[in-house]
Amino acid sequence: MSMIDIKVAAVEQVTPLVKHFTFVKQDGSPFPAFSGGSHVVVSMNVAGRVHRNPYSLMGSPVDTGSYHISVRKQEQSRGGSVFMHESVEVGTSLQITYPVNLFSLAKKAHKHILIAGGIGITPFMSQLVDLNRLNSSFELHYAFRSPEHGAFATQLKTICNDKLHCYADSKGERLDLTALLSKQPLGTHVYVCGPNPMVVAVIETARNLGWPENHIHSEQFLSPGIGEPFKIQLAKSNIEVHVPAEMSMLEAIEAAGVEADYLCRGGVCGRCEVNVLESDGALLHHDHFLTDAEKASGKKIMPCVSRARCDRLVLDL
Amino acid sequence: MALAFKQETFRNDYQYSNSPNAIKRFPFPFAEDQYMYSVNIEPHIKGKQGTVCEFPFDVDEHYVGECLDKQITLDLDRGRYKTLPHMMDAQWDFVELTMEALSNDYPEHFSLIKDGLNWTWENKPLNIKQSFVFGDASTMPMDPFEFMSRQVQGDFVLLDQRDETLYADGGFVTSQADWSLAFDVGMSWREWHAPVPRATELGVMDRALKYLLNLQLGSPVRRLNWTMTVNPRLDTSPENYPLWGTDRNTVNPENVADKVHLRVELQSLFRLPRSNAIVFSIRCYLMSLKELSSYPRWAKRLHRVQKTMHPDLIEYKGMTKFHPMMVEWLSKFDDGAAMDLGTHPE
Repeated sequence: MSMIDIKVAAVEQVTPLVKHFTFVKQDGSPFPAFSGGSHVVVSMNVAGRVHRNPYSLMGSPVDTGSYHISVRKQEQSRGGSVFMHESVEVGTSLQITYPVNLFSLAKKAHKHILIAGGIGITPFMSQLVDLNRLNSSFELHYAFRSPEHGAFATQLKTICNDKLHCYADSKGERLDLTALLSKQPLGTHVYVCGPNPMVVAVIETARNLGWPENHIHSEQFLSPGIGEPFKIQLAKSNIEVHVPAEMSMLEAIEAAGVEADYLCRGGVCGRCEVNVLESDGALLHHDHFLTDAEKASGKKIMPCVSRARCDRLVLDL
Repeated sequence: MALAFKQETFRNDYQYSNSPNAIKRFPFPFAEDQYMYSVNIEPHIKGKQGTVCEFPFDVDEHYVGECLDKQITLDLDRGRYKTLPHMMDAQWDFVELTMEALSNDYPEHFSLIKDGLNWTWENKPLNIKQSFVFGDASTMPMDPFEFMSRQVQGDFVLLDQRDETLYADGGFVTSQADWSLAFDVGMSWREWHAPVPRATELGVMDRALKYLLNLQLGSPVRRLNWTMTVNPRLDTSPENYPLWGTDRNTVNPENVADKVHLRVELQSLFRLPRSNAIVFSIRCYLMSLKELSSYPRWAKRLHRVQKTMHPDLIEYKGMTKFHPMMVEWLSKFDDGAAMDLGTHPE
């Protein structure tokens, strides 16, 4: 995947738990424009291990001079958000992916209802710019623990005016989902990003009120494509290859100097399919190519995206 | 190195030919002796110097002739250009993508000067100079997508991504292998691929869709498709079928090598930044059997591919009328000896 080399141009503590980072490209050239709701995956080298965390881009999609993300320090962090909070400062170099949008606005919607909980506000920050630019009808409903946790509320007020509705839990303010979602005109789409219970509540309320499934949107990040390390034996080459957590099997095979066939590297084209000669555990198939029966047979695997949990895995390579 | 553009016609008198260099760089699609559909998608990365994949958009000796032919076809039928209103961001994405690529890769022919949102585009081969405000369609002489589609070889379709599929919500289509933009516009992936025989059963279309839904900005992909066309005609559209369909009846054993052309589409797909849409670029290359046979290895390979072609595909690709004559003509290049894999000419 193509990566962009960036450096941190500014860091700002926005709430007790949230930091805002401004990125610029290391070579000083502009970033690509992006669409509202996009995220980038930030690569971090944490004590010799590469972490890849997705963060929503929250600046204006048309401002290509810098990218902006906000990171909430997670209580149960695997290391990524703690690293961002404690080790990243102005001048730090990092790598990010190109923007990816898995939470895009429905361009044909007549009205948009955006519902954010806490740090879940971030993907909406860029969507709001697009909605204003396209002169679309929308409402933003933003729920947070207490006013000090209402990151960006002031900034949002200038962008949204009377379309912004805030709910501070500490003040006993509650968003009545049923009331909100039962009075919307046909052609309205609802979007939710926030803690899991909130996402589930919005989806279920909308469904129960008869909203069409494709009018209900929630933010879903890609699984990072990493897993537990494991070892493979390559029968023809007669070598053993260690597959680290942050590498695909195909990348590890290539790094070992063995030429493997490939094309898409995304689990669909079928070119890198390889026969499994022996295994004593579970094959973790992540591809879209093999049929369910082939996956169940345990005889084939796509090394570009799939992994294994076993002590012994022998491939016909 | 400046390209020498030829004066050519793709209709009526068919003043069209390939130079030796154009033949040598032709994207011959058959690596094996038999052909069947596959998801033959690969990253659209920079190819070797001089090849059709050296740059994101290939400009070659046929550039001026093809752009003129686009204009003729569009003037006769405005229905070849269509976009739906929600695709305006995608239109500007396309303008940025093509202007940046052409001015960067062919600086002797194209230039782009940016001063914030005030852009000036110059196309020397077509003698076009346009200053405009990026994002403000009122500063363009026509739709931004139409403006640049007229200036890049090939057809372009804008695909909107929603509901876990892709919709053909815009297009500039004047060199199509018998499909209609007017018919397909607004359709979803499965709808517009429904007529393709065998591919659906093989699961090819579903796999390709899943792949494209994950297409990444900055990582375009490409594939080759092919058919055979009688006469070097770009506009083999269903709308104009009466103008070219009967050409198949004019093929005889004497003229088959001049009349029948291998038509290869270099199809590339780019994720677009502002719109999150995808642009599908379909670039057509035409080469007569005679030109192709200047590399006997290609003629030998094509003989085997055509001889073993599934009857459904012969019919779908419109080759039924002249297929036996083509196979017969190509057979003289086939000594029966085994061939190594690959599309190389020699």
